[in-house]
Amino acid sequence: MDFELVNLISWIDESLRDLCGDASWAVSLIEYVLIAIAFLGLYCVLALILILLERKICADFQCRIGPNRVGPWGLCQPIADMFKILLKEIITLKNNDKFLFFTAPFLILAGSLGTFGALQFGKGLVGVDFNVGIFYMLAISSLGVIGILLAGWSSDNKYTLIGAMRSGAQLISYEISAGISILTMVLLGGSLNLTDLIEGQKDSWYLFQGHIPAIIAFIIYLIAGHAETNRGPFDLPEAESELCAGYHTEYSGITFGFFYLAEYLNMFIIAGIGTMVFLGGWQPFHINYEWASGFNELMDYIPSYCWFVGKVFMLVLLSLWVRWSFPRLRIDQLLHLEWKILMPISLVNMLLMAGWVAYIAAQNN
Amino acid sequence: MEKTLKLIQSLSSTAEKVEAMDFTVAVAKDDLRKVAEKLKAEGWDYLINLTAVDNQENIEVVYHLSKSSDMEKLLVLKTKTEDMQNPIVETVCDLWESAGLYEREAYDFFGIRFLNNPDMRRLFLRPDWVGYPFRKDYDNTPNEKFSTSVHDVASMENVPSITLNHHGEIEEKNVNLFDNDEYIVNFGPQHPSTHGVLHLRISLDGENVKKIDPHFGYIHRGIEKMMESMTYPQMLFLTERLDYLCGSINRHALCMCVEKAMNIEVPKRAVYIRTIFDELNRIASHLLGWACMCNDMGSITSFIYGFRDREKIMDIFQETCGGRLMVNYYVIGGVAQDLHPNTVNRIKEFIPYLREMIKEYHTLFTGNPIARDRMTNCGFLSKEKAVALGMSGPNGRASGWHCDVRKVAPYAAYGEVNFDEVLHKGGDTIDRYMIRLEEIEQSLRIIEQLIDKLPDGDFKAKVPAIVKVPAGEYYQRVENARGDFGVYIKSTGEKSPYRIKFRSPSMVAVSGLDPICKGTKVADLIMIGGSLDYVIPCIDR
Amino acid sequence: MEVKDVEIKSMKTEDFRDNETLQKYIDELQKGGVNVAVGALNDFINWGRSNSVWPLTFATSCCGIEFMAVAAARHDFARFGWEVTRNSPRQADVIFVSGTITYKMAPVLKRLYDQMSEPKYVIAVGGCAISGGPFKSSYHVVNGVDQILPVDVYVPGCPPRPEAMLYGMMQLQRKMKVENFFKLPRKGERDAVLEEYDNNNKEGESK
Repeated sequence: MDFELVNLISWIDESLRDLCGDASWAVSLIEYVLIAIAFLGLYCVLALILILLERKICADFQCRIGPNRVGPWGLCQPIADMFKILLKEIITLKNNDKFLFFTAPFLILAGSLGTFGALQFGKGLVGVDFNVGIFYMLAISSLGVIGILLAGWSSDNKYTLIGAMRSGAQLISYEISAGISILTMVLLGGSLNLTDLIEGQKDSWYLFQGHIPAIIAFIIYLIAGHAETNRGPFDLPEAESELCAGYHTEYSGITFGFFYLAEYLNMFIIAGIGTMVFLGGWQPFHINYEWASGFNELMDYIPSYCWFVGKVFMLVLLSLWVRWSFPRLRIDQLLHLEWKILMPISLVNMLLMAGWVAYIAAQNN
Repeated sequence: MEKTLKLIQSLSSTAEKVEAMDFTVAVAKDDLRKVAEKLKAEGWDYLINLTAVDNQENIEVVYHLSKSSDMEKLLVLKTKTEDMQNPIVETVCDLWESAGLYEREAYDFFGIRFLNNPDMRRLFLRPDWVGYPFRKDYDNTPNEKFSTSVHDVASMENVPSITLNHHGEIEEKNVNLFDNDEYIVNFGPQHPSTHGVLHLRISLDGENVKKIDPHFGYIHRGIEKMMESMTYPQMLFLTERLDYLCGSINRHALCMCVEKAMNIEVPKRAVYIRTIFDELNRIASHLLGWACMCNDMGSITSFIYGFRDREKIMDIFQETCGGRLMVNYYVIGGVAQDLHPNTVNRIKEFIPYLREMIKEYHTLFTGNPIARDRMTNCGFLSKEKAVALGMSGPNGRASGWHCDVRKVAPYAAYGEVNFDEVLHKGGDTIDRYMIRLEEIEQSLRIIEQLIDKLPDGDFKAKVPAIVKVPAGEYYQRVENARGDFGVYIKSTGEKSPYRIKFRSPSMVAVSGLDPICKGTKVADLIMIGGSLDYVIPCIDR
Repeated sequence: MEVKDVEIKSMKTEDFRDNETLQKYIDELQKGGVNVAVGALNDFINWGRSNSVWPLTFATSCCGIEFMAVAAARHDFARFGWEVTRNSPRQADVIFVSGTITYKMAPVLKRLYDQMSEPKYVIAVGGCAISGGPFKSSYHVVNGVDQILPVDVYVPGCPPRPEAMLYGMMQLQRKMKVENFFKLPRKGERDAVLEEYDNNNKEGESK
């Protein structure tokens, strides 16, 4: 028995080809549309799940119950929220740049959807697979910064402007160490292609293959990645107690909904990249010794997408835990942490990793 | 005190001692400035309160002075002006910084202009308000046609003042508080962390705070004016709505002031119960202060934890009094009813519980490196500045000022219990933060000692059916959760007071925002605001 | 017709029976006559709206503390999905006017309400917001926020207990559930409604 979704996909592909006969362009077209719909659907469903998860877990941390009225155990709460937010009035401001004001939420959503599409959800479950997949991810995820800056600037409001400026400074700086720590692992994997990277972790995840440098890189990635999601203790751009709602103060209805959606999905995406690069993506947990072959086979029975989602949600839980127990940083502390601590360490760490890779290569020869 | 009287008389020949409960000296308007300067030099460096009274044929200004080194001393200085149309008194705001706001308040309510005070804007009422509501001839029926158009805040930055020119003539001046090209951000009146409807106009340089101009009055309900037409038992319930977080303590102040004036002896049981409830109230207030400060710094979980434990105190309150936030418990002569039989047990269970929880707070928040980093070396307030601003209470004690009224002038049962006055030397935000958690522990100690010694007997003294305070002036201080809270009553022997004034410790705390926060970041401003723990309705009254 | 059965957990329908405003809504609905499909859609939308009411963090005095207590551990209005308190009026659905509104604050409150996006609701919490409460005779207090805003639910008390606030919230939920979403005043129409409302108020005063 094999529960891999990739079988389903190839079945769909084959039956479409049978149906269309020679017109392979039609098959591709239909498949593209199907994939787009599937990704959009998954994006929304994941957002709903994450919203509910966060609200329930935060309630647990705070000795509360959390949503429990709407549907069984409050499961329908985010659906109700979705309907509400879709139907709210969208307020247009008077003296602002309307084009930029309404472009900003789409930019943010585009950035996060683009990155989302490049995630590898399971064996063969890939939306976009480049030979420079890592670069693509790092590049497209930065689109969100532009969206935030535009939102803050075009809202014609002092709070949003401060929030946007904070966010610009924060995201641009933390991308550096997040990027470097990912590149450290690319050094180890020897490829920029995500498929190759994940294939390389078949026997043992990079976190274990890379020894100390990999662990350092992982921790730095967790901190920097968490900062990139704009969530506490790095939620300065929307610092509720300081700036009301930060850069999206002036957005209402579904335009605000886009920010809300992207915020939660970014959490998932950051955890997803971390999983792919450090924790073996959809690869099951293997112990690389002879005596553990039985255990390894047992692990292989669990479908690959379960592995991926399980690992991602582990990291998401970690991020929630941090968010609900730490107070917020101040802007100078935030930049100090990045430029004077994380970045030097990750640069040195990259050298360490290079040394480690050279050592392995020498051993193999 | 006699020495001080001689000293004053040597400067002003017309000065005379007035018969009153506290040591009171009346000086002529023209000598006031000389006397004030000398007194300040003699160590009377703490201006507790400044009040104006409309006596119909003259307007009186009353100064309550004390020494920061010896807070037990209380000197009341009085002066008056006969000019009802255009009353002018010389300012003392350069001697005592706290006088600045008090004088603005006196101008707002009575129309007294203070010579040389650089800021003579209205403090509470809208700039387009007509008349001075605390004048006895003011028609104070609710205004049917009020305006819902937002008044031009920028016009509030236009600061009028009056000075004497070298000919000895009065010259009016108008200055603009902010430059035209300054980046000014409005914080409030509706903002998640201004702790009420405080309105701050902040001039920013990037993230740095350059200047803060606080605006009050968004919750000015005219409580003092309303009280002038109420009987004393009726007034009591309004006191809890001043500083609702420690309402009982405020009520205690008014009760004691009336009891002192009428010579009512409160039964010992009532005194003990009051002390216990005061301390419970203080704990509730400090817990909330702690919770809100953590929330301001972005730790929402701490906020919920503070509220969770505060509910336990609310349970104790509602079992005895039925109320949660407003307990309506103290009455003139004692307390309204006896303790619920269950209360003592509940309190005894609560004490070890809270001690355990405070440890949790320290692990969750105090020990957090981010929190520590943010709070240390930030928002420094020196002891001298604290005294000058009159910033007593936990904020003053964090700067090393020995100013706990429970210690310096013990009232209720505080003289009979052992507790430490928590003093910190640092004056930083972390000191103000820690002092509240440490004071909770001291309050628990006080309750622990009293709850076992609770005497039997009456819980209320016999009080005449119609409470009439004998003619005179009375002032009573208590230590509420935010500092030195005071009640000033001027009575003419009627069943309602002629003038009543509350000294709010929150107001001075807000006036300290500008000097403390200059040069810090926006995030620090919010945090420091949380650490000062002010309650806006107590300021606006 | 009696008010239709709306299911709200732990709240009996009988509790609502005596409610003129809701009855008026029902009558209006019946007069127009509603298409079955639209009616079902309407019910579904209202289910969503009424279960996701995000309050604005707004408090002027004492009632605000009780509002915080409702949000905190023991009373926890997150159970109803209300815990997403928004600090920006643009994103809020309901404003809890908790505390005294003075003449100086009234314009600010009005502006806050105007900044909220439709559909929006107002809950007047506590004596002060309902009628001026203990400060009714003061020279600087608005005698009830219904002079400046259309109030949907009144929660009496000084301050109301958290349970009372929860009850008020549930009443608002119920009100939303019987409304016809497609006939709610839209942008622009709202102003006309408010104008009419102002006029009614003035008539009431002159009487």
